[in-house]
Amino acid sequence: MSLNRRQVLQAGGAATAGRPALARAAQAVRPPRALAADRFLAACVRCGLCVRDCPYGTLKLSDLGDPVPTGTPYFHARSVPCEMCEDIPCVKACPTGALDRELTDINQARMGLAALVDHESCLNFLGLRCDVCYRVCPVIDKAITLETQHNPRSDRHAMLLPTVHSDACTGCGKCEKSCVLPVAAIKVFPRALAQGALPAHYRKGWEEKARHGGSLIGEQVEMPVRGFDGPTAGRQATETVVAPAASGVEAPVAPAAPAASAAPQPKGAGGLNSKWKP
Amino acid sequence: MATTTLSSKPAPAACAPARSLWQRQRWLILRRSSQLLILLAFLTGPWFGLWIAKGNLSSSLTLGVLPLTDPLLVLQTLVTGHLPYSSALIGAAIVLGFYLLVGGRVFCSWACPVNVVTDAAAWTRRRLGIKTGRVPDAATRYWLLGGLLVAAAVTGHLAWEWVNPVSLLHRGLIFGMGGGLFVIGGIFIYDVLVASRGWCGHLCPMGAFYGLLGKTALLRVAAPNRKACDDCMDCFAVCPEPQVIRPALKQVGQTHPLILAPDCTTCGRCIDVCDKQVFKMTHRFDQRSE
Repeated sequence: MSLNRRQVLQAGGAATAGRPALARAAQAVRPPRALAADRFLAACVRCGLCVRDCPYGTLKLSDLGDPVPTGTPYFHARSVPCEMCEDIPCVKACPTGALDRELTDINQARMGLAALVDHESCLNFLGLRCDVCYRVCPVIDKAITLETQHNPRSDRHAMLLPTVHSDACTGCGKCEKSCVLPVAAIKVFPRALAQGALPAHYRKGWEEKARHGGSLIGEQVEMPVRGFDGPTAGRQATETVVAPAASGVEAPVAPAAPAASAAPQPKGAGGLNSKWKP
Repeated sequence: MATTTLSSKPAPAACAPARSLWQRQRWLILRRSSQLLILLAFLTGPWFGLWIAKGNLSSSLTLGVLPLTDPLLVLQTLVTGHLPYSSALIGAAIVLGFYLLVGGRVFCSWACPVNVVTDAAAWTRRRLGIKTGRVPDAATRYWLLGGLLVAAAVTGHLAWEWVNPVSLLHRGLIFGMGGGLFVIGGIFIYDVLVASRGWCGHLCPMGAFYGLLGKTALLRVAAPNRKACDDCMDCFAVCPEPQVIRPALKQVGQTHPLILAPDCTTCGRCIDVCDKQVFKMTHRFDQRSE
């Protein structure tokens, strides 16, 4: 058996580090109300007073070679999540303001953001009723909701999909900690990693419509939908075209059902000319 | 460099009135006790649930009331443009006042954990009779001190804290360490093989900072009994900053016997090793010599 150079280096690196630190680099989450990354590294003097005052042993100080800069506090939700103490002792302990004492309500903490990353393993996505992440969520029904979707596999059941809402998720990580799978399907990430961002000029038509009490561009011609085949074609077409307009306001982040990709895209997209002019 | 070494020194009893172990090791024992007690104050909490001091040398809270913060860290924080909370500022002011009064580099020899490592390296170097190597200029530490402040200003981070061996070791001893041991091991090897007293005496910017604080320090070592000196060179061999001894001992550029150079860490090791009892610990206004 021969090893190439990369394998030798990887083995050496793993032996040196002695822990899968780099594999979990993306999942190091800061304590509550930590300043934004750049300002945090200016303010945190790496004293560990937040670590000392954390009653659950959640917080750790990083060592040289750990995923976050040397000496700064972080936690891995799958190991020990944040228990969201109401008196927030870690923030009170910080002598420099790296953790901002403006935070008085732990529900306003934004340590990270949970994301249900593995739709292939999540039991609820398989059609089962696990719901554990939803039930342990300290901000239940706000940070995680169960969104009902048609189960295209059985074609007669529902899937209740745990859905994270960024406006309420504190990033405490109790969902990741309690995920029953050997490797969690729902994980907490630093917000900068977990979130995308729309371009600043984007407006959601349905939100503008709700805000102004009617369409801003008048009544539109309803175009016939063509080019869909297959057993669930009609339902899929109806859902993808109409559902966001009807339910988008109260449930902003409903994930698309996995079957959506199964429906073929309309052929010759871009070839349809609606003759619409402003 | 005045680091001439007498690797095989005669047994003290043979040529001088016998001094007890306590007399020969007093200041070393006191210093090691001080370093150990400071460390233990932070460790009784996690070990036995008895909280004396929380945090580490970077910033700490003792008995729930006394904040202490490393003034150099606060200075770097201010340079990045962040204004820390008052507890950090008060803590830094207390530490600053203490070292201005008592002696800047008292920190190095009485509190800093890296001192134990570099003392061990210097001892190893003496025992092995290693005299080779390449010693950096002693002013390098001041360049590094300026450099870390510039780095903080440019990056907007406490850049030095990524690698600072002093906080790395102290934090590691209290909170656990892995990778940091490589840095500490590196300093040991560097001090043994490359440069005598290389880290603490030439490179460490924290030492440089505390040295600057120590220009007006009260606690000083003096050589009042310098007439008794028989030029055995033991003090020069053991001193981490040997250049500070000559003015006081040999009256070079001064007549009083006080070691006033801010580089002196007030470790008192010269007092320990001198069989003629030339040196003593005193205050900066004590100009008597016998």
